Amino acid sequence: MLLLALIILPLIAAMFCLAPDVMPVRMKALVSSLVSLGLTAYAVSLYITDPGDMLAFDTWWIKDLGISFNVGMDGISLLLVILTNVLVPLIILSSFGSDYDRPRTFYALVLLMQAALIGVFTSMDGFLFYIFWELALIPIYFICLMWGGSDRIRITLKFFIYTMTGSLLMLVGLIYIYLQTPGTHSFAIADLYNVSLSSGDQSWLFWFFLAAFAVKIPIFPLHTWQPDTYTEAPAQGTMLLSGIMLKMGTYGLIRWLLPLFPQALNEYGGIIMGFAITGVIYASCMALVQKDFKRLIAYSSLAHAGLIAAGIFSMNTEGIQGAMIQMLAHGVNVVGIFFIVEIIQRRMKTRSLDNLGGIAHINPVFTILFMIILLGSVALPLTNGFVGEFLLLNGIFQYSPWMAAAAGLTVILGAVYMLRSYQQIMLGEPREKNNEFTGLRVSEKVVLISIAAIIICTGIYPKPILLLTEPAVEEILSHIKQVY
Amino acid sequence: MINLSWLIPVLPLLGFIVIGVLNKRISVNLSGIIASAMVLCSFIISCTLFFYVKEDSSVPEYIKMFDWIKTGGVDISFSFLIDRLSVIMLLVITGVGFLIHVYSIGYMHHEPDHSRFFAYLNLFIFFMLILVMGSNYIVMFAGWEGVGLCSYLLIGFWFKNTDYNNAAKKAFIMNRIGDLGFLLGIFLIYTTFGSVSFREVFSAAKGFTTGDATITAITLLLFVGAIGKSAQLPLYTWLPDAMAGPTPVSALIHAATMVTAGIYMIVRSNVLYSLAPFTGEVVAITGLITAVFAATIGLKQNDIKKVLAYSTVSQLGYMFVALGVGAYDTALFHVVTHAFFKALLFLCAGSVIHAMSNEQDIRNMGGLKKQLPITHFTFLIGTLAIAGMPPFAGFFSKDEILAKVHEHSLPMFVLLSLTSVLTAIYMFRLYYLTFHGNFRGSEQQKTHLHESPGVMTIPLLVLAVLSAVGGFIGMPAITGLPHLFSEFMQPLVSFRHHDGEPSEMFEITLMVVSVIALIVIILAVRNYYISKKNVPEGEEVKLAPLTSLIYNKYYIDEIYAAVITRPLDKISSIVYRRVENGFIDKIVNGTGNIVTAASNVFRVVQTGNIGFYIFSMIIGIIALLALNLIL
Repeated sequence: MLLLALIILPLIAAMFCLAPDVMPVRMKALVSSLVSLGLTAYAVSLYITDPGDMLAFDTWWIKDLGISFNVGMDGISLLLVILTNVLVPLIILSSFGSDYDRPRTFYALVLLMQAALIGVFTSMDGFLFYIFWELALIPIYFICLMWGGSDRIRITLKFFIYTMTGSLLMLVGLIYIYLQTPGTHSFAIADLYNVSLSSGDQSWLFWFFLAAFAVKIPIFPLHTWQPDTYTEAPAQGTMLLSGIMLKMGTYGLIRWLLPLFPQALNEYGGIIMGFAITGVIYASCMALVQKDFKRLIAYSSLAHAGLIAAGIFSMNTEGIQGAMIQMLAHGVNVVGIFFIVEIIQRRMKTRSLDNLGGIAHINPVFTILFMIILLGSVALPLTNGFVGEFLLLNGIFQYSPWMAAAAGLTVILGAVYMLRSYQQIMLGEPREKNNEFTGLRVSEKVVLISIAAIIICTGIYPKPILLLTEPAVEEILSHIKQVY
Repeated sequence: MINLSWLIPVLPLLGFIVIGVLNKRISVNLSGIIASAMVLCSFIISCTLFFYVKEDSSVPEYIKMFDWIKTGGVDISFSFLIDRLSVIMLLVITGVGFLIHVYSIGYMHHEPDHSRFFAYLNLFIFFMLILVMGSNYIVMFAGWEGVGLCSYLLIGFWFKNTDYNNAAKKAFIMNRIGDLGFLLGIFLIYTTFGSVSFREVFSAAKGFTTGDATITAITLLLFVGAIGKSAQLPLYTWLPDAMAGPTPVSALIHAATMVTAGIYMIVRSNVLYSLAPFTGEVVAITGLITAVFAATIGLKQNDIKKVLAYSTVSQLGYMFVALGVGAYDTALFHVVTHAFFKALLFLCAGSVIHAMSNEQDIRNMGGLKKQLPITHFTFLIGTLAIAGMPPFAGFFSKDEILAKVHEHSLPMFVLLSLTSVLTAIYMFRLYYLTFHGNFRGSEQQKTHLHESPGVMTIPLLVLAVLSAVGGFIGMPAITGLPHLFSEFMQPLVSFRHHDGEPSEMFEITLMVVSVIALIVIILAVRNYYISKKNVPEGEEVKLAPLTSLIYNKYYIDEIYAAVITRPLDKISSIVYRRVENGFIDKIVNGTGNIVTAASNVFRVVQTGNIGFYIFSMIIGIIALLALNLIL
């Protein structure tokens, strides 16, 4: 029931947001997201002690078609629910400094997005998963379309068509597997897992499912919607996309692709890993030559996401555990860094690296917080980024040392583009316009300090998170190992 | 006492936090005193640990703090290892570190942002201590990257200056190149041994035969890390640039401690390196080439700190040669003596720069011994120590390295001896040009000349004493006195087999020859720069080709820029335009366009005429039925 509440609460709050009220809508949204966060904390404590049936909910939805409203949580789902419900309040808080038109619609869409994401991460029924998967696209589409930059219409359309195409291929695959289930057919995840697919079927189904996930992550070369969309979307849209939504793709790989098609994985996994790692290097090089800081971060996110995907295809505990913890770390860090972009843009009215400089002189607090987030992003030990990157590269190394060596170039290139942009924005002679940069708003401080605290705490003591997901990851891996 | 050892790194961390939080609310004296006090406390605890370890030669102590990364087969705890090796390093870091902290109170007196400086300095000490105390490769790596970060922050301390910022960035990135090798080495250790903790790896390594390919690969990869951190060819170019940082930083990070991390790491891994003779050769040759190469560059530099920087690169090369021939304890011995005299030399240079109103060019100095008597005296001791004059500290460690190398290979011995000659030349050149002859600076500088305050000169005197007598802990065999250092390190270092001790005859010859050579060099250098009053030429004069080549540091930076940095940016931007926007995206948009075009064709049938729809529907049904019949 608790889980159901986590999905329904944002939906109800979204409706309240739409209604006019004396209370400012952003406060309503914030309160709702904080309640969600509290409930998530309660869910974690339940999960550790005695989950009972609080963290699952199962009822028939369309019984004749074997479709049920079945949601549940293992460690993997729980981690992503934590990610979502930690980030959404921060994202809402980050918008306090922006004045959006039609704020009621804006916050309602953000909360709708939250509900859909939690649905994606907890669905234990293929059909339900697909519904939530597509549902999540709708609010983000409108957020980008209504509050985005000047070129938003063209770019949002491209993004929409791109992801829809991938999703539809997955739907075809899903229905095909559903039709292989025995008896009156069922979309329940356990039944889908149990279908024994011929290796011929596996090889085409694998690509159909992969299409949906690879576009969402995105894996090179299916990424061209990403830099455009990240750059044009409003700050909060970018944060939702990069912080949480791309994890739908990596989550999909772990929850669906790995257990469903172990044989195909054995056959094509290496190729996909090759593409993912090519993407890591490629995106890092693209980041090197960007002048727009937001676009630079978009490419850096692409590199990080590629590494997560590569780690998943290593198909060992280290790699997938690394992917899990890196999903959390990347989500937090990328939201932090996109917020840095937004804070700079609010004050300087530009994101162009050429026009920035010397901010460190007048705003030491901002400098320190930027530095901490940067360190998390370049995976310095004792920050959250290191734990993930270490486990990912270690997992990849066990799969293939050469792949790891290639992927490891991110260690160098990441430092290059991050330090370059840091230097250009923060260091050097101060610019005249910098006087705008005095102080940070309270909401800005709260967001950045929370993120910095998470970066350091989970970097020093990641054990609880790793413990949380390990059994579930082993469970997923056992599906693969059965085949070999 | 061993239970308090966790305090050793935690105290400087505390200092970092306290000073960082108080920031500009406290005076330079207070922030400096807090920072120094923290390091002093760590030093005192380290001293007690030294006696503890010395008395009790039993097993090393492992102190587990908490589980860090634990999942699947990976089980990395955040734990410390207290043994003879780490204690030696602890003493050097906290001891020399403390002196440099005290010195900085005077040196940074006019710096408005002093709290940031001392906070970073404490943070550096914290990470450096983590590096040497870690009981597994990952904790070591955490310290390893952490000191790199502090190095970055401190080189770019004066961040208004773009050149300084570039130097800082270069240091971090060059180090990261090495770190990737280190990291891959750790992965290979993990896949080979199933663990990264020193205890388990080294005991499992005993089951491997000498020359094992995997061990060779591991040691080579780890060595890549050492090349980056300890500024060896081809990754050394960041170290001379790192002199952009405040001088105490150069003394602490870029001479005494951080840059020796690579040597520490190899000594720590000596079990593995002893199994990989091929790597040993690679290490020795890399060190040798670096030693010679950097020494030649040192001959022609005119910036007082740059000379010392190249000298550091060269001396680190010495240490690697010692490591390469399996003389791990000798390398460590040189780390210790080098920490004394090189920290001393840098701090003296700082004192000179301080007196000269930030002038660093030795062509504008000269005759400073009158105004800076203490600095002059201590600098002379440092110079004698590094040049290898008995009985100063450098003599013992350097001669020991030469003796060990002689056993290993004659050509190496010859080249390394040549480097000693070069070292003596560039150091005395520096000494004479700075302190003797006539003053060549401006009038304004001349009136401003003054000896540094006591807070700066006392650390100089302490380091001078250490540089003078520090070598006595490692007496050569012929003196009949015990080699205390080697005895202390005995339980830890697994020696590669030697063909016996160097002969007495050889040792005596070596000593006598080196002393005579040294005296000749000193006289010759004095004659050239003082009696004949030669002053090095600057950029404005056309230099002879070879001199010009050396003066410009063999154009290594320019080569790197032309071969790596610029092509990477160039290729990336071409790919960005042609591939990213011009190709991949075109395909995507092209697909979209095809669909749109196709839709335009099919749109024709959407006439809105219901009759047409019904007509085509019936045609369709008939077609389906027909198909059904046929099939």
